Amino acid sequence: MLNSLLSGDYPKSRVLSGVLVAILVGLAFAPFLFSGAAAINTAAKICIFIVLVASYDLLLGYTGIVSFAHTMFFGIGGYGVGLGLYAFGASWGVLAIGILIALMVAVVLAFLIGLLSLRVRAIFYAMITLAVASAFLILATQFSEYTGGEDGRSFSVPPVLRPGFRLFEAPVFGVTINGRILAYYLVFISAVVLFLLALRVVNSPFGRVLQAIRENDMRAEALGYRVVYYRTVANCLAAAMAVLAGAMSAIWLRYTGPDTTLSFAIMLDILLMVVIGGMGTMYGAVVGATLFIVAQNYLQKLMGTASAATEGIPLLPKLLHPDRWLLLLGVLFVLSVYFFPTGIVGRLRGEKR
Amino acid sequence: MPPVLETRDLTIRFGGHVAVDSVSCAFHAGTLTAIVGPNGAGKTTYFNLMSGQLTATSGTTMLDGEDISTLGAAGRAQRGIGRAFQITNLFPNLTVAENVRLAVQARGKAAASLFSLWSRHRDWIDKADHYLEQVNLAGVRDTVAAALPHGDKRKLEVAIMMALEPRVFMFDEPTAGMSVDEVPVILDLIQKLKDEGTKTILLVEHKMDVVRSLADRIVVLHNGRLVADGEPAAVIASPVVQEAYLGQAPKAEAAHV
Repeated sequence: MLNSLLSGDYPKSRVLSGVLVAILVGLAFAPFLFSGAAAINTAAKICIFIVLVASYDLLLGYTGIVSFAHTMFFGIGGYGVGLGLYAFGASWGVLAIGILIALMVAVVLAFLIGLLSLRVRAIFYAMITLAVASAFLILATQFSEYTGGEDGRSFSVPPVLRPGFRLFEAPVFGVTINGRILAYYLVFISAVVLFLLALRVVNSPFGRVLQAIRENDMRAEALGYRVVYYRTVANCLAAAMAVLAGAMSAIWLRYTGPDTTLSFAIMLDILLMVVIGGMGTMYGAVVGATLFIVAQNYLQKLMGTASAATEGIPLLPKLLHPDRWLLLLGVLFVLSVYFFPTGIVGRLRGEKR
Repeated sequence: MPPVLETRDLTIRFGGHVAVDSVSCAFHAGTLTAIVGPNGAGKTTYFNLMSGQLTATSGTTMLDGEDISTLGAAGRAQRGIGRAFQITNLFPNLTVAENVRLAVQARGKAAASLFSLWSRHRDWIDKADHYLEQVNLAGVRDTVAAALPHGDKRKLEVAIMMALEPRVFMFDEPTAGMSVDEVPVILDLIQKLKDEGTKTILLVEHKMDVVRSLADRIVVLHNGRLVADGEPAAVIASPVVQEAYLGQAPKAEAAHV
């Protein structure tokens, strides 16, 4: 049972298993374990980014494709759901059609980008994706009568997912099960299913060919695998998964805009999460996304406390000022790449060997 | 009997340098042809042109009488041209068994299956293990390919081609750099393939004793041109070969011991 759920790809390290179980339990019971809107927001964001980062790992870690267009697909998912619900009202049908259209647009785009440019050298492919993603970002902000421009669009979700909805009259374990909590569980369950699906794909015959291509594309071709075909399919799969992550994000935030889905800052975050977690491991997506988002949300608070505590010492309070959290994160990133080039998961697995 | 593999006026230019110069040659089923020549003669380039790693400037490559010049390496592999490389060309971070299994998979029906489990394709695993046993690598099946000693990498290279179960086998110096006691494993394997009598075997080899014992025919390349082609004894005796190749043979042999 567990074997087929995890596709036979176990964490292969006791510490890692422990960490993963802790993250799973934490996310599964987040509404009951933590109080307050901020905590559940963080948990939902972690779920969304696990899917997004896992889909990026499929590209970068497993196939060896460097793409900067991943947030574009994330955005297509967000806008597909958001603009649909905004224009045609909050119903499940509209939601489904929005996701479907977004999926089709994204897969066609990924297919075209792949077909046109996966034959060229990796660096050119990266440049092309960068150009396409920039163009898309500009389009999304310029066509403001359709997309809401820089401001994005706020919209309503189906009634069951609204804060006013009550599943039971009485609270469960002291928590009122309202629409927000249902929305959280929709996001959480989607994340679990999509993650396990991605784990299955990388452990399928197809996934092994992707790894072979990453290792030695010329040899894979000599065995009879059409590398362009495999890279293009991987590109489309990753794009589709990013679209679903974008849809999850839109449903959770009830808002879609360039800053939450399309910006290059998010692209950078995804890259950091993959590298910190460990490329080509899938579990790295879980660890990387969790660590990064928790740091993003709580490092500032921690730094505020530290800054106050070091009051009076020259320079230190300024360095520890909450506004400098990116500086600290940058230092942590450099250190982690230097000391754990295979990421946290690679490191944990390596120690066992 | 029509040839299995044939090249007609096959030529490739790199800038001003003609690496393979209008080579026309036909290879028949059930024969082992050795391709010899001094270093830089264009032997490996000629191989790369036939197995599709390089695209010819002009000339054609035919498989079973059909022009395959426009096919890439993948298409040619799917049609039964197997290639083992001179410079080992493995999947370094995958295990030995996984390296061979990928070759078996390439010929399998569910080669691109998305949701079945790789580890459950028992027939692929068994077949891969079979070929690993043939080259005496079963004992290191779970070792990462990059960690193998040089001789074992060469054997794995051969096992990968065997696992493709091709009709045309292209060995590019399969024993280069191997220790003396490992060489017979590969040579026995080639001899066995030859004894089957149906395979088309091409062998680039520097060691003349190996060539003498295995080859039905020798083709000599020199500066990208085909300078001799025929029965081993006759080719080795011919003056043009003596001058072009055998004059340097002791040196070449010494370099590969």
